[in-house]
Amino acid sequence: MIRLFDFDLSGNCYKVRLLLAFLGLEYEKTNIDYYPGRQHRTDAFLRINPLGQLPVIEDGDYRLRDAQAILVYLAHKYDHGGNWYPTDNPDLIGEISQWLAFADQLTTTASAARLESAMFFELDGDAARAGAHKLFRILDAHLWFREDAGADWICSADEPTIADIACFPYVALSEEGGVSREDYPAIRRWLDRVKRIPGFCVMPGVFPAGPAV
Amino acid sequence: MANQWYPLASVEETAVGRVHRTRLFGEPIAYAKDTAGTLTAWRCTGSQQPGSDPSTALPVIARYGYIWATIGTPDGDIFPIPEYGEADRRNVAAGTIGVQVSAQRAVENFLDMGHFPFVHTGILGQEPHTEVKEYNVAVSQDGREILATECLFYQPMASTVSTSGADVEYTYRVPHPTCSVLYKSSPLDEKRLDVIAIFCQPTGHETLRGHMMLSILDDVNTDDFIRNFQLHIFGQDKPILENQFPKRLPLEPRAETPIRADKTSIVYRRWLSQHGVTYGVIPASEQVNTP
Repeated sequence: MIRLFDFDLSGNCYKVRLLLAFLGLEYEKTNIDYYPGRQHRTDAFLRINPLGQLPVIEDGDYRLRDAQAILVYLAHKYDHGGNWYPTDNPDLIGEISQWLAFADQLTTTASAARLESAMFFELDGDAARAGAHKLFRILDAHLWFREDAGADWICSADEPTIADIACFPYVALSEEGGVSREDYPAIRRWLDRVKRIPGFCVMPGVFPAGPAV
Repeated sequence: MANQWYPLASVEETAVGRVHRTRLFGEPIAYAKDTAGTLTAWRCTGSQQPGSDPSTALPVIARYGYIWATIGTPDGDIFPIPEYGEADRRNVAAGTIGVQVSAQRAVENFLDMGHFPFVHTGILGQEPHTEVKEYNVAVSQDGREILATECLFYQPMASTVSTSGADVEYTYRVPHPTCSVLYKSSPLDEKRLDVIAIFCQPTGHETLRGHMMLSILDDVNTDDFIRNFQLHIFGQDKPILENQFPKRLPLEPRAETPIRADKTSIVYRRWLSQHGVTYGVIPASEQVNTP
């Protein structure tokens, strides 16, 4: 059985929980008390991940860290339909990788702002918020042009990909870090579309969408 | 309000030998814990190193796992929670979360059962069990405390040791303008009550640090599981609280339309008015009524 080293309020752990839910995979969770316990800095956890970061998964003897890497691995191994991470199209693989890297930048901005204002991590909250707005403007414009072309998802595919999952949590949680989404209508519509994907699950701070109009 | 004790941080989570900074009523405050466990707190003045001027020292005490300080002159100790001293209880400082809303808004949300099925779905409530039944609210004779009793609510997972849904009885106390203590039936012992408290530190008019404390009967779970359960619930409340408008609690009775379930909240707002509270609220006299 897959084991997820998890913290309930972590958006990066939530990415993995989302994909596992979409794929209908059973898994076990080991709670790492990231806040307030800072268990990710303990020797026991540093032996699991020397970077002291969540999430980590174990699948049999195989251990993997980094949310984006885990999404790639799980989708490639367990998504037999192949829509979450299609590997037959070089252009699309490139695009997905580009947006996975973008998701990592959301972690250093939108997520950092949330850690600073909700959990009092000693980070530069204003710089993080400014960085998040810069990324949100780029994502909003991208999604607006995608919608204009009749498409729903971040990458050039008919179905959502792991890029949508990777970008979703820290955009959806941004207001907890003081990053308003008022100016990003295409982002708001995309968040609702992600929430309506069958199998979607919530975390504290993320509410389900109402029925589609 | 200034003459009350306010929580600053969990004693256990406060790193030894470091000066930590926070705010109380918008003022910068510093606190520290030394190797002997002695706690100190100061008002920060200008660019001076905290503590370098002894006249800036603030009264400080440790209660219920948290460091408490005051910028005024309290007329006594912090309100009692006698259960905290019972030997077989699990006392857990469950964590501190920052919320961008007034402390009184957070207390009011803590007192409200009506939101359980919608915000804490599957844990503290579940549709269609949405009814808040009639309950009692009274202010103690000395006026120091609000007490709401016989609050019954159906909960799918009332506590960390719940194995099935049950009608749970709640009692709420408001013994402090920004703190509340609730008592709920324990799934382990029908004669005893679990205690869950929220201690709010008003960092500004429209910002708070919410410190959570549990004193519960749980012989199964680890502290970090209990903390996680409580953080999960508070994490669900946070976006609801931050989307409240206005961010300060309006005390004018007609400012917001209460329903029967809001009986405790009505008494709480009146009680704050009677005590002359002006911080984190919109006093009744200042409320602008729009037609």
